[in-house]
Amino acid sequence: MNDPVFRGQAASAIDAQASATLTKQLELWESNEVANFVKKAPERKSEFATLGGFPVKRTYTALDLADTPLEDIGLPGQYPFTRGPYPTMYRGRFWTMRQIAGFGTAEDTNKRFKYLIANGQTGLSTDFDMPTLMGYDSDHPMSEGEVGREGVAIDTLADMEHLFDGIDLEKISVSMTINPSAWILLAMYVALARKRGYDLNKLSGTVQADILKEYQAQKEWIYPVAPSVRIVRDCITYSAKHMKRYNPINISGYHVSEAGSSPLDEVAFTMCNLITYVEEVTKTGLHVDDFAPRLAFFYVCQADFFEEIAKFRAVRRVYAKIMKERFGAKNPESMRLRFHCQTAAASLTKPQYKVNIVRTGLQALAAVLGGAQSLHTNGMDEAFAIPTEEAMKIALRTQQVVAEESGVADVVDPIGGSYYVESLTTQYEKAIFGIIEDVEAQGGTVKLTEEGWFQRRIADFAYETALKKANGQKPVLGVNRYVDPDEKFDIELHPYDTSTATRQIDRLKRVRRERDEAKVQALLDKLVIIARDESQNLMPVTVELVEAGASMGDIVEKLKTLWGTYREKPVF
Amino acid sequence: MEAQAADRIRVIVAKVGLDGHDRGVKVVARTLRDAGMDVIYTGLHRTPEEIVEAAVQEDVDVIGVSILSGAHMTVFPKIVAGLRQRGADDILVVGGGVIPDDDVVKLKEAGVKELMLQDTPPDAIVAMIRRIVAERGPR
Repeated sequence: MNDPVFRGQAASAIDAQASATLTKQLELWESNEVANFVKKAPERKSEFATLGGFPVKRTYTALDLADTPLEDIGLPGQYPFTRGPYPTMYRGRFWTMRQIAGFGTAEDTNKRFKYLIANGQTGLSTDFDMPTLMGYDSDHPMSEGEVGREGVAIDTLADMEHLFDGIDLEKISVSMTINPSAWILLAMYVALARKRGYDLNKLSGTVQADILKEYQAQKEWIYPVAPSVRIVRDCITYSAKHMKRYNPINISGYHVSEAGSSPLDEVAFTMCNLITYVEEVTKTGLHVDDFAPRLAFFYVCQADFFEEIAKFRAVRRVYAKIMKERFGAKNPESMRLRFHCQTAAASLTKPQYKVNIVRTGLQALAAVLGGAQSLHTNGMDEAFAIPTEEAMKIALRTQQVVAEESGVADVVDPIGGSYYVESLTTQYEKAIFGIIEDVEAQGGTVKLTEEGWFQRRIADFAYETALKKANGQKPVLGVNRYVDPDEKFDIELHPYDTSTATRQIDRLKRVRRERDEAKVQALLDKLVIIARDESQNLMPVTVELVEAGASMGDIVEKLKTLWGTYREKPVF
Repeated sequence: MEAQAADRIRVIVAKVGLDGHDRGVKVVARTLRDAGMDVIYTGLHRTPEEIVEAAVQEDVDVIGVSILSGAHMTVFPKIVAGLRQRGADDILVVGGGVIPDDDVVKLKEAGVKELMLQDTPPDAIVAMIRRIVAERGPR
């Protein structure tokens, strides 16, 4: 190995002598080749920056690795996991191809699930409608016009049974994108598994249950912050005990980004939230190694190709260091960050919508080069409506092209060692730790969430982005350049079946009619008693409730009498 | 030069129903404020009735509703009808978000003055509000 970068025992990736030689060479290059060339052909801009605002130099050399200790780059599957959580990555098996689906009633979504599985999808992901996400039954006045619209409607265990009808849940992993009402859906999943005679420890999947980012970004909530964090804690401790392969939380930056944040804030906020959850769970007496191996993450893959790869690598490194150094994790599995990735919905355009396929393809490639464990690629029509079957098929094929035709999956972390990406990775790492420090200095994540600090940072960057789009500084094809003024949209959209709400409410009413009402009411009273005692876990009684035919609304409304509701102080 | 308070256009920007997507509404609120308008943002999860009540109380010129959940055909007609009932139909209703083109036509027929969808430049929204308020004339 004669490459100066990897020679010697020094912590830094480059030694003093090599550094001096290279510095000189670089100066000469700038004053000769570059200066002469630029005189004839000026560069496109005087300053270049990533989408997230990190300055980008003309080129990068080994000098840019000076403040990256070699052990921070390390090897795949080894602390601090910069190069990937596993030693062989996609040489073993590809990432899980997990297209999210959800609309109409459980039967409608079940059909889409089966279509996706038939087309080679390897995991399921469920989108719920707004009432389900917010804990309202389909016949609540707030649900009017929303039932089965943006996702599937789930009120009772009967719906859950139809949702996964004919799908072997011991064989396929299922992700559920749900937050304030997540514990009820998890309880339904457990109840369904018990009914079918599954071994709970064989179920793999994820429930999102990341409530802090809801207050910060996605804005789905029911109760005030403190009891909501307790619910998350209960999901984690319950799963640690009963569901060894299940991820009881998916700490998510995706929604932070979609709400408008910078890529840096996206990952930094997840680390702030992580710290809060780990502190809550360890307070119950669990050791970090008892649950951390099942903590999962969810990030967006935005348009800036190399920045996104650096972002993923950096957050893996930050996580490893936090878990080991701050929380004293001993098990390497507690230190390796695993994440689901989705391409950026906010980057999709309505004009010339077929270009979205290309955008999504590049984002998917960056996600894979960044080491994602599972991936959802957006449909080309998602700036119009929820995607059609055809749009989802092309999106899935996009992943399959990356996996099976491009060859990028054959080598682990092929970008590792890139001067640019390694340098940006380290800059990201430092900046993430900087934000964590800043948040803690100001009183911590929960306090700043309640005060709107995270919300304001997101709104600021969103506003900046809107201005940059308007003045063309941020290029968006079809919107601020290469505009086609005569474009006619020739696109078939996903239809909304107007019978959805009636069909859904009929089933809900039947369940209510057929259940043992006295039993449900007794269990609801028991729920309140358990909720009052913070040392207890809400999960077991919730499982009993859904088994007895209680609806999501029954459970949610009962606890509102104890905890009240949350109302945001809006900032803009 | 800043307009006199009495001449300022007053706008209430609103989120109705369960939809939590508030990126766009906040950008619009800030844009209108920076353009010298009085802007009130309702916050999330309001009912159509609450919006109408707030608009009447605050004596606004325009209500702007942002909606990305697909429930627009339920929400907008309720606001328009609510204003009519209160005899406040000189308050102009506009909207934005993810709304299919066919529904845009239907909503305009139902009394929504203007709909500006994703990727509308902020300046265009300011210009539109000024135009429709000027067209309506003083009250």
